[in-house]
This record gives sequence, C-alpha cells and structure tokens, in this order.
Amino acid sequence: MTLAQDISPPPPAAGENTILTVDNLCISVRTEQGLMPLVENLSFNLSKGETLAIAGESGSGKSLTSLAIMGLLPPPAVRVTGGSIRFDDLVLTGMPEHRLQQLRGNRIAMIFQEPMTALNPVMRIGAQLVEAIRAHENISVSQARKRALEAVRAVRLTEPERRLRQYPHELSGGMRQRVVIAMAIALRPDILIADEPTTALDVTVQREVLDLLRDLARDMDTALILITHDMGVVAEMADHVLVMQDGRMVERAPVRKLFCTPEQPYTRKLLAAVPRMGTGHGVHPDSQNEPLVSFRDTRVAYDLHGGILGRVVQRVHAVEGVSFDIYPGETFALVGESGCGKSTIARALTGLVPHTGNIRFKGQPLGNNAIQRKKISRELQMVFQDPMAALNGRMTAGDLVREPLVIHGIGTAASRRDRAAALFARVGLGEDALDRYPHEFSGGQRQRICIARALALEPQLIIADESVSALDVSVQATVLDLLAELKREMNMAYLFISHDMAVVENIADRVAVMYLGQIVELGTGSQIFGDPRHPYTRRLIEAVPHADPDRALPARVIDATDPPSPVRAVGDPPQVVVHDDVGDGHLVARL
Amino acid sequence: MINFLARRLLQSAMILLGVSLITFALLYLLPSDPVRQIAGRSATAQTVANIREQLGLDQPFVVQYWRYLTSLVQGDLGRSYLQKTEVSTLIAARLPASLLLMVGAIVAELVVGLTMGVVAALRRGTATDNSLMIASFIGVSAPQFVVGLLLLYVFAVQLGWFPIGGYGTFSHLVLPAMTLGILGSGWYSRMMRSSMIDVLRQDFIRTAHAKGLSRARVLLRHALPNAILPIIAMIGIDVGIFMGGIVVVESVFGWPGIGQLAWQAIQRVDIPIIMGVTLVSACAIVIGNLVADIASLFADPRIKVR
Repeated sequence: MTLAQDISPPPPAAGENTILTVDNLCISVRTEQGLMPLVENLSFNLSKGETLAIAGESGSGKSLTSLAIMGLLPPPAVRVTGGSIRFDDLVLTGMPEHRLQQLRGNRIAMIFQEPMTALNPVMRIGAQLVEAIRAHENISVSQARKRALEAVRAVRLTEPERRLRQYPHELSGGMRQRVVIAMAIALRPDILIADEPTTALDVTVQREVLDLLRDLARDMDTALILITHDMGVVAEMADHVLVMQDGRMVERAPVRKLFCTPEQPYTRKLLAAVPRMGTGHGVHPDSQNEPLVSFRDTRVAYDLHGGILGRVVQRVHAVEGVSFDIYPGETFALVGESGCGKSTIARALTGLVPHTGNIRFKGQPLGNNAIQRKKISRELQMVFQDPMAALNGRMTAGDLVREPLVIHGIGTAASRRDRAAALFARVGLGEDALDRYPHEFSGGQRQRICIARALALEPQLIIADESVSALDVSVQATVLDLLAELKREMNMAYLFISHDMAVVENIADRVAVMYLGQIVELGTGSQIFGDPRHPYTRRLIEAVPHADPDRALPARVIDATDPPSPVRAVGDPPQVVVHDDVGDGHLVARL
Repeated sequence: MINFLARRLLQSAMILLGVSLITFALLYLLPSDPVRQIAGRSATAQTVANIREQLGLDQPFVVQYWRYLTSLVQGDLGRSYLQKTEVSTLIAARLPASLLLMVGAIVAELVVGLTMGVVAALRRGTATDNSLMIASFIGVSAPQFVVGLLLLYVFAVQLGWFPIGGYGTFSHLVLPAMTLGILGSGWYSRMMRSSMIDVLRQDFIRTAHAKGLSRARVLLRHALPNAILPIIAMIGIDVGIFMGGIVVVESVFGWPGIGQLAWQAIQRVDIPIIMGVTLVSACAIVIGNLVADIASLFADPRIKVR
C-alpha cells in the first residue's frame, strides 16, 4: 500500500449515477533517464450533473489528468502508464483514436485556459462552430448554423448573428471564452472539462463566465470538471473538491467539509495562503510631508495613423488627466482591469512612454529627457510580472543583481560582490545562488532575484507591476511578506499595480481604482474596501470569488454591452471626471 | 483597400523610377564603350564621333537620362545597338516564355517544398525528417547550372524522358522549371517545416482536436492555412530570385526567354537591351510583391488595411 492510499479516503463506490470512473491512473513522461511519473495512482468518480473541482498548484498534474480523459496527452513522450479511465460503459484508456474522436467534443468536451489563442485566427467563428457540430452530427451546413446560433445565444453573446461572421481577433478575451464554451456545449456533452477557464480573464468577466458555466451545467445536467488553482473559484462552483500535489491526490471531500475541516496539512497550507478579502487598512499620509511622486493631470495618448499620407485618424487615450501623490514609505496600489491604463502610468513614470501634464519626483519635474532620467532611475526601480522574461538567461543571478551597480559606477568589483551576496541573503536566497543561471531557479526564486536587483540601488520607490500575479498562491504569499518586510526596514514606497483585488486589499495603504484611463475612486484601503462608493469599485469587489462556500453569491450583473474603448476620434477627447471628497480624503468620481 | 492600393502603386512607381536611374547611371559609368563595339575596331575617329552624336551619347548625363525617361514612359525602351530592332519588340516576343517558366517554377517549388516541409514537420526528429532536410539543404546550396546539367544528363540524356532543350510543349517545360524551382523548394521546405511545427504547438490545434475532428481535417483545415501565411510573402521575393536564375537556366536549356536575351546582350554590351530587361525584371519583382501582399491580406484576416 502506498502512502497516498493510506491517507486518502477510498473513492466513493461507483453508483447508478456515475458517468466517469478514474481508477489508479498513472501518467508518465519518457525522458533520457527513463519514465518519470507525473500523475500517480489517481482515483475518483464523477456523477451525472456533479461539479468536481480539481485544485492544486502548478505541476500538480491537474491539467494532465484532464488531457488524459480527453485522450489528448501530448504524444509521444507523455502517456498513460497504468490504471484506467471509464466513461459510461466505455474504457477510454487504450481506445483507438478514431473511436475517441467520436466522443471528443460530442460527449466529453473541454474548455481551455487561454481564450486569446484557443480559436483558429483565420477561420470565422461560425465556421469553427459549424465544423464542431458537423464532426458529430450528420446534418447540413444550414442546420448546423442554426445550432451554432443557439449555442452562441446560450452563452449570452451579444449580436449572435454578427458574431458568427466575425474572426476571433475581433472579439475580446471574455467573448472568445464564451465562443469556446459555446463550441463545447453545442452538442450537450455529458462531461464538460474546464481547465482554468477564467484565469486569463478580468475579474468582472470571470464572474460572468463562472455564472454562465454554473447555469449551463445545471440546465443540461452536465457533469463539470473544473480545474483551477483559485480556491475562491473552487468554493463558489464545486460540489466536491479533489486537491492534488505533485501528481498525487492529497484529499477529496465535499466542498463545505474541505473548507471547514481540511484534513491534510497541505490542504490547510493551501487554504491559509489564499489571500482573503477583508475591509482594508491604511491611513492617509501626512500631507505636510513632501510627496515622493506626484502626478498632476497626467496624460498618455497614442496616435493611430491611417490614409494615404499616414495622418492621425484616431487616438488611444491610455491615461487621461490622472492626479495623485505617493508619499515616502507607503504602498500605493493601482487596480483595474486590463486596458485601464494602470501599467501605462508606470511606463510614463519610468520614461518608457512620453507623457503630457506633470509628473514630479521629489519635487523635480520629470521631462522626457534621458540624462535626467538616469539620475532618477537610481531611486526608482521596477519588478515585473514574468520573472523569467525579466531576467537575461545568459547572465548569472549574481551578475544580474550587480549590473545596476556597474551601470551607475558604484563600488569596486569586490564590494559589488559583497553587496550582491548581502542582497541575496536579504531576499532569502543562498550565496551559492549567485553563480547560477535564471533557468535553475523556481518562479518564486526568480521573482526574489528581480527584487534583489531592484533593491541594489537602494531605491526610494519600487514599481511592482503585477509582480505576484504569475506565482502560485503559497509562493505569492511569501513574496508579499518579503515585500512588506522590506518596506518596513528600508522605508521604501511601492507603486503596486495589480488586477487582483484580494492581494491589493492585503498589501495596500492607499488604493486608486482605474477605469478607462481615469481614476474613479481613490482612498485608503479601508475606505475603498470597507466603504466602496463608485459603482465600478463595488462591481470589482463583488466579482472576486471568496474562498468560503457558505458566502451567498452576489446578485447577477449581466452586462450585455461591449466594453467601452479608449480609442477615440481626433478632437473628441474623453470627458475628464470630477472627484468629490466624500469625507477624510476619500475621492469618488462624480457620475 | 483603395487607399492601400493607391499607396502601394505610388510606392511601386517610385521604386521603378529609382531602378531606372540606377541602371542608367551604372551603364553610363561602364568603362566599355558601346560606340566602339558598334563601329568596329577599324573605324576612324570621325565615324566614331558621328555614331556617338547619332545615338546622343555625347550629351551630358542629365540630358541623356531625361531623354531616356521621357521615351520610357511612352513605352519606348530604345533600339538595340546591334539588332537594329525596338527593344520593346524584342522583349515582348520573349516575355511569355519567361513568364511560363516562372509560373512552372513557382508551381514546382510550392508542390515539392511545401510537401517536404509538412511531411518533415509531422515526422519531426525521425529519419524521414533528417533525410528531407538534408535534401533541402542540397537544394538550397547547389548552383543552378550544376543542377540543370545534372537533370539534363539524368532525365534527358540517360532516361530520355524529357527533351534536351527547346520550347513548345509541356515536357519541354519540366526540366527548366524544376531547375529554377529547386532553390525555392529548399527554402520553402525549411520554412514550411518550422512554420508547421510552430502552428502544431498552438492552442487552437488542441481545440480542434478537442472538437473531435479527424487528424487529416485538423491538418488541412486548421494547421495548413495558418502555417502557409509566412510563405505567401516569400513568393513575392522569389520572383526577384527567379530573375537572376532565368539567365542561367534559359541558357542551359535553350529556352527562348528574356534571360537568354539578356545574356546575349551582356556579351555584346547591347546597352538598350540590358536596360530594358533590367526594367522589366524590376517591374516583375514589384508586381510579384504587390500580388503577394494582396494575397496575404486575403489569407490573414488579422492584417488590417489602413
């Protein structure tokens, strides 16, 4: 008996309603060192109409399990090396490809994580849907088109007829994910597998897509396997939860039981690491102090050219008349959904895009001048979202951290080496890490290298642009702790940019909520999260899934309109909002 | 669309103007004197001067270029020094043969190159893949006159499947088209292989499989149309490469096209013909690229016309 079998409850006996049985499933990858197990002895049942969440961090084997059920494991290296998968009365493991094809998309359908790339870019939406239907049903194109239209209506896409004639690039991420869902449900499958279906989406869109999936599964009595790393999504959606770690099942339990009385230490750790939304904290800084950075009526706009002579035909108003201050030692958070202009503000501050209006750093106006910039760049460092992309893979970690010192001509070779070692120790990396290359580190360690590099010049402000968004929750929690410690020790300020409301609630002293390039609400953490006034802020906060299965779901907001665009005709600038102080420095945009 | 076409046509005209200026200047600076060639070694200084004046070659550069340009826009490419015929007539008589050869070569290289590329991508890492890529490497590196002579020897002389040279029937076309297309086949098989491998990794291919489509349909309907997009632009560039190749290939196979005409003219320093052929070639390249751009526009809906 293996340890995994010892500690986990036996899978529920297959009953009348069982539609899928996974029995002792093993998946391995062939490497030069022989077969490496990726999933070991995984067993579970799925009943008709049940929603089973498979939760776990990256590398837990949850996506591989779903691909194995679909018979889509990447050949030839990865394959099922043991156990069986039974669907209804059919054994899927070892089934010949042509018979699997008859089930795929028809009785077992799948939705993938990345809606932006999940659709064929050179085929119209309608053709892609019709093709999926006609692969399984012997009907004419026009009949299939009618079915496609029904499916597109069922996923609540606006203007369904027009959508069928469009190409994927003409739709937003949320709309594309609806198309993928429409494709999956068009044939009313018995099982729908959704692999991180909302991870790439904005929180308000995530809310709509989750509502949709729940409704569809209920209406069609479809069993749903939901693969996710987000315990909030699990709590809201699942009947049963299966927690995986390193290719093994850790725990399987009904959702309420798992959240209230988790049995395994790993489950407890996972739940403890989930950032929980509270009502915020933080106070207004003393406005007698000189602000570190102040934005006044800052604008960033891009021109779109067109016509024979390349005239400016349209303008993208990425940031429009934004004003705020960041004081020394505070964490100022910018939140908003993709395209709201939050990263553009960081780029304007670092001089990566030209701006108009005023940005002052310690009272000095920032022009678009490179020499002036270099002096300021010492005091102002950035930590980006993807640590792998932010580190040059051909330099050692030590060289990467020393590089800013070299550029600014600080210290000697020996003193730089000592400084790098000290920084590594400070961010929790050993001295031996200095001579290793970025690919030898895990994601969280790489982000620590990025932080060490940012600290090398002892900056007064660190811009953290989605710095923890790509990390697993347990790693995310430790990196956030590190950032908080560093701030206390060195009295730095952070400009913390994130789409994740829960993370912001935990870390921010003051928060500005951005929408379409403008700030709609600004206040302390407790003002924004404890007493949100602007409807958009409320919508953002309500949309966040809570890791609490007993929390009542928020009322539905079905937003059928297209998201507004910051692209406008020349000479038609957007209206700049006026803010009212609703008390104690809490600014809310007038509606 | 109209805007786009208007802008591209304007650009094309500018390119052709530039080509005319450069070719004219190059030949003007050429040390070899065409008047000497026409007049012969024994001609007196007076005869040479007369011919020079008659041809307008005693005028300054700007005047000569202007004269050339004004007649050019009227479709007059000048008269051959030696054949005493209008250059435009000479080219018009030979252009169809060259175009036929180029079309044959494009078809040959697409059929051979794309098939090789797709098969190599699907059999990646296997012996099939390796041997196809070695073959394509040979295709890319072998000089065309060698390839031409080799094909001639094997398929015309030894096997007798195709005629040794000449012009007229489809079987006359096969060997020269293969020779001209072999370089492109090598390039296309490599590009198609990497493009295909790239596309097969994409999420939408996985989606297509998840829909339950057959492998053949995923390949033909989803992978190929995406993998071929970068190739389309290449075909336009190919026309330029062909223009160099036809001079060699037409000489090897005795193909009566403008390449052969150019070759004869170069040997005899018949400047009006050289300039005429150069300009026609430039036109062909410009048109080839324009057509390729428009084709990309239709093949890829993401390309926005501005």
